[in-house]
Amino acid sequence: MRTETTNPTPLGEEAIQWTEIITPQRGWLEVRWRELWQYRDLIYLLVRRDFIGTYKQTILGPLWFFLQPLFTTVVFTIVFGRIAKISTDAVPAPLFYLSGIVMWQYFADCVSQTSGTFTANAGLFSKVYFPRLAVPISRVITSLITFGIQFALFLCFLLFFELQGAPIQPNFRIIVLPVLLLMMAALGLGVGCLVSSLTTRYRDLSVAVGFGVQLWMYGSAVVYPLSEIPSAWRWLLVLNPMVPIIESFRFAFLGSGVVEIWQLAMGAGVCVLVLLSGILTFNHVEKTFSDTV
Amino acid sequence: MSLAIRVENVSKRYRLGVINRQMLYQDLQSRWARWRGLEDPNAPLHEKPRGDEDSHEEFWALRNVSFDVQAGDVIGIIGRNGSGKSTLLKILSRITAPTEGRVFLKGRLACLLEVGTGFHAELTGRDNVFLNGSVLGMTRAEIARKFDEIVDFSGVEKFIDTPVKRYSSGMTVRLAFAVAANLDPEILVIDEVLAVGDAAFQKKCLGKMNAVAREGRTILFVSHQAAAVENLCRRGLVLHNGLVKFDGTQTAAIAHYLDSFSPHPQSLRERSDRHGQSPIQITAIEFRGLDGRPVTTAQAGQDLEVFLFFENSAPEIPRPALLVTIYVRSDLDVPVFMQSNLITGQAFDTFLPASGAFICRLRKLPLPAAVFRLDYLLRSAPLGGVTLDGMDGATELTVEGGDFFGSGQLPAMHSGVALVDGEWRMEAGPIAPLPAPASATALT
Repeated sequence: MRTETTNPTPLGEEAIQWTEIITPQRGWLEVRWRELWQYRDLIYLLVRRDFIGTYKQTILGPLWFFLQPLFTTVVFTIVFGRIAKISTDAVPAPLFYLSGIVMWQYFADCVSQTSGTFTANAGLFSKVYFPRLAVPISRVITSLITFGIQFALFLCFLLFFELQGAPIQPNFRIIVLPVLLLMMAALGLGVGCLVSSLTTRYRDLSVAVGFGVQLWMYGSAVVYPLSEIPSAWRWLLVLNPMVPIIESFRFAFLGSGVVEIWQLAMGAGVCVLVLLSGILTFNHVEKTFSDTV
Repeated sequence: MSLAIRVENVSKRYRLGVINRQMLYQDLQSRWARWRGLEDPNAPLHEKPRGDEDSHEEFWALRNVSFDVQAGDVIGIIGRNGSGKSTLLKILSRITAPTEGRVFLKGRLACLLEVGTGFHAELTGRDNVFLNGSVLGMTRAEIARKFDEIVDFSGVEKFIDTPVKRYSSGMTVRLAFAVAANLDPEILVIDEVLAVGDAAFQKKCLGKMNAVAREGRTILFVSHQAAAVENLCRRGLVLHNGLVKFDGTQTAAIAHYLDSFSPHPQSLRERSDRHGQSPIQITAIEFRGLDGRPVTTAQAGQDLEVFLFFENSAPEIPRPALLVTIYVRSDLDVPVFMQSNLITGQAFDTFLPASGAFICRLRKLPLPAAVFRLDYLLRSAPLGGVTLDGMDGATELTVEGGDFFGSGQLPAMHSGVALVDGEWRMEAGPIAPLPAPASATALT
């Protein structure tokens, strides 16, 4: 809570140290970061809740997290590798697709988990106040756990193909992974916040999210390498931060790809922009959303 | 004494029917049309040009509400449905923002709008205590410090490591209330949570609230149960149609509040606190004797008929399972009895006429001399139906004198809210109990 020392009494009473002032409107830029920090325990407990909830409610438990990328990899290998014969930059096809899928899945999770924040939590939000941002932030962290499991699967594949003598060169650039994750989390959170804020007014948007994310995947170098795109058009694709993120991941772990550092930097810039606009919109909607839902 | 809360000219406006009208593409379409200076293709035909505030589409839930609360005050906020109580609470607890005005708070405010918000069925009781506590603004360290106290208060020690989905609903509510009650905020806002749990637990809750109040914490208690406000609060605030109508001692506030329910046989149409919107409306309520004459003051023990006059603007709609209920409550809001065509097992005609009356005959009125309030409720079906019409405090029933027992004697209201017919006798000597029937012996 903010500590303000405004004294609203014109009556000459002693100055009252109000700890909280509730006002009609909140400025677009007024995000209560300190309050969010005070609620960090809530974020931790929400992560815990979501994690336990996910595990206990599925029959296969954590196995599910392995099966989903495995099946997708098999399908992609057959459809895009064998039938469509799209290049995989000389990397073994399963490894190529799995790397894209594992990374893409984290981003897609972030978006799908956060984009319903207001509508899914309408009951909770209309009963008790806490910084609403805690919910999407906790979702992004929970998705990180799923990513960890799927990343471990990817490492197993990597080790297997490495021992088979496949032409892959994991290199020192793997230290960039935390940056890539941060970028995806920022982008996913930003998009999710934007969507969830807009769905409080426009219900039809929530329908669009599912296939929107699906379409986005086909524009994100998951099923094809950036090198397949004519270099004259690459700049256009690089506007989508997921392209340099996935390409950088492959470049670091598989040693393949044509990504350049400026592309990654530009991607980071777009991520920050999306995150900021997402959080500001979310923050603006937060205060009056219970009147509109 | 210092101030804990200052509410300064707070108003809240809701726009009716404007916000959720459109889908995204329609909104874009409208904006595009306006931008080109064309007529909005999605505008309702009656809508005035933009910028012109259309007052009938607005609803002021609160208007210029101002009051101060001293630290340590226990203040009851009472009012009918739709008086603005809930909106005031939502603003105080920051669930929604005021349209105008400001609220100043000193210290942490915790709001028990509904206990158990944020409970997750898969988590254990222990996990839920932490989750719920942190939703309500406590840190993990604070909850850990209070944990034993919370579990002790809830009385579910044995099951604290069991997932909440295996709890009975009573256990869940007790645990949830225990978390909230042990929050230790400087300002506690409570909305009718006393309706939870059994009588013993309610007593425990009241005790806890009294203890909290004695510690010098500020409590805002929002209710329309006059008896609870009378017991718990030291000050009362009456809200009516979004305005503060009265601010004073709790007893005076309750009197003021109940006064607002004075009977208006013709004016049910104008009442704004009706529940439900449907073609059927009760327009007036009247009491008549069996001779058909209106009764203004009933007598204990007389046969009385309650006439609920209705108007039905859609007589073509079938109402096969219509449920009509009346509730009679004492002046301190204690429920005395209810009567409905469901409990008597009677049904009305499937097609209701355009006007008429539902008539309930009460045989040998079992009420002592006092003033009672009558609520009514019309539902489309007993289960899964919707509220067609309803009103709290729709009218009053004054009972005076009468000869219920045929002895000329009548007990006073304070010895009981109802009269029960009976008779006394005496038998001499040691009286052996009759042998119990076989099925009952198994129980003893």
